[in-house]
Amino acid sequence: MTATKKLKVATTSLAGCFGCHMSLLDIDERLFALLEHIEFDRSPLTDIKTCSPDCDIGIIEGGLCNAENVHVLREFRKNCKILIAMGACAINGGLPAQRNHLPLTTILEEVYHTSPGLTNGMIPNDPELPLPLNQVHPIHEVVKIDYFIPGCPPSADAIWKVLTDLLAGKEPTLGHGLMHYD
Amino acid sequence: MSHTFTLDGKTIPFTEGQTIIQAASAAGVFIPHLCYHPEFKAHGSCKLCTVKVNGRQTASCTMRAAAGMVVESETEEINAERRALTQMLFVEGNHFCPSCEKSGNCQLQATAYHLGMMSPHYDHFFPNRAVDASHPEVLLDFNRCILCSLCVRASRDVDGKNVFGLSGRGIKTHLIVNAKSGQLADTDFTLADKAAQVCPVGVILQKRQGFAVPIGARKYDKAPISETAEEGR
Repeated sequence: MTATKKLKVATTSLAGCFGCHMSLLDIDERLFALLEHIEFDRSPLTDIKTCSPDCDIGIIEGGLCNAENVHVLREFRKNCKILIAMGACAINGGLPAQRNHLPLTTILEEVYHTSPGLTNGMIPNDPELPLPLNQVHPIHEVVKIDYFIPGCPPSADAIWKVLTDLLAGKEPTLGHGLMHYD
Repeated sequence: MSHTFTLDGKTIPFTEGQTIIQAASAAGVFIPHLCYHPEFKAHGSCKLCTVKVNGRQTASCTMRAAAGMVVESETEEINAERRALTQMLFVEGNHFCPSCEKSGNCQLQATAYHLGMMSPHYDHFFPNRAVDASHPEVLLDFNRCILCSLCVRASRDVDGKNVFGLSGRGIKTHLIVNAKSGQLADTDFTLADKAAQVCPVGVILQKRQGFAVPIGARKYDKAPISETAEEGR
């Protein structure tokens, strides 16, 4: 067997809790087997800040709750041949999207002005802070997503199955027990 | 004349008056469904149980079985359509499975697993419907309603109470509670009612019973919905 070039994998967490990345780490020692076939590009695991233009796979955790999330998502789409939505937040907005029935101003007022324990609170307005979106959105509503790994978080086995299916050139599938929305 | 038809090539016996889904269920063959329940008159609204009969699509919960029918169900074409219908149900409501007490026991969720639904595909509606927590024993979260009308039929036909109804038209159709105030507390609804037990999603929930069964031991954790077909649900 001839040595093949390693696939570049970029990952990021948008409006998520990093639980999906924890699940990715839960692949445990199989990560070593994975690292024979892939190398991590932009990712919280490498701390590289921007995607290389020739990434093979992008894995996105979390939905879109602010302008920076949308910017990062578009950067991933532009630079990754395959984009994977990982976890409930990326797929349907998840826990953050449960604010969607409340007006954003009401939420900001409650968090920074009226909730107990705050005195002289002010709504953060530093120009470096990304502007929040009115509603949290799943990522497929903004860019095309190639594959989805449902779950909150998906199990390490589910992530492993999808990645190894892709590495084997197969269409990824999750059978009973691996496909969970919770 | 023999009383049989074929379903995906398998011979299915039926008795006069049985629908396709009734005969299939009796023979242990699962056809995906949400608004159908063996104890109630068919509603025929969710269309998940659509099959192809002699080349034409029809709802298997309303179509009477007839001798010699050639029925197709578990084909990629039909399951793709069922998947699209299920995806629409997911985006029309707030189906956040991790925070829903019905998760693991939810027929909508289990059906989506059966159909291999990896994503909701469509844009989410994120509806904002009021939750009714007025009743001492039961919580109603209308944001998860898929309009199957099982609670309507159970309350009307079994409990004799007419607590629930579907109101409005088209995309504005919604579940209502039959009381002047619109509140469940102002009806004679009780936890012992059949209507309290039939919701296939997480609309009608018993209070103070949240997440009672651990993940891994819930109904559809143990077996996929296709293997509980003998229960007819």
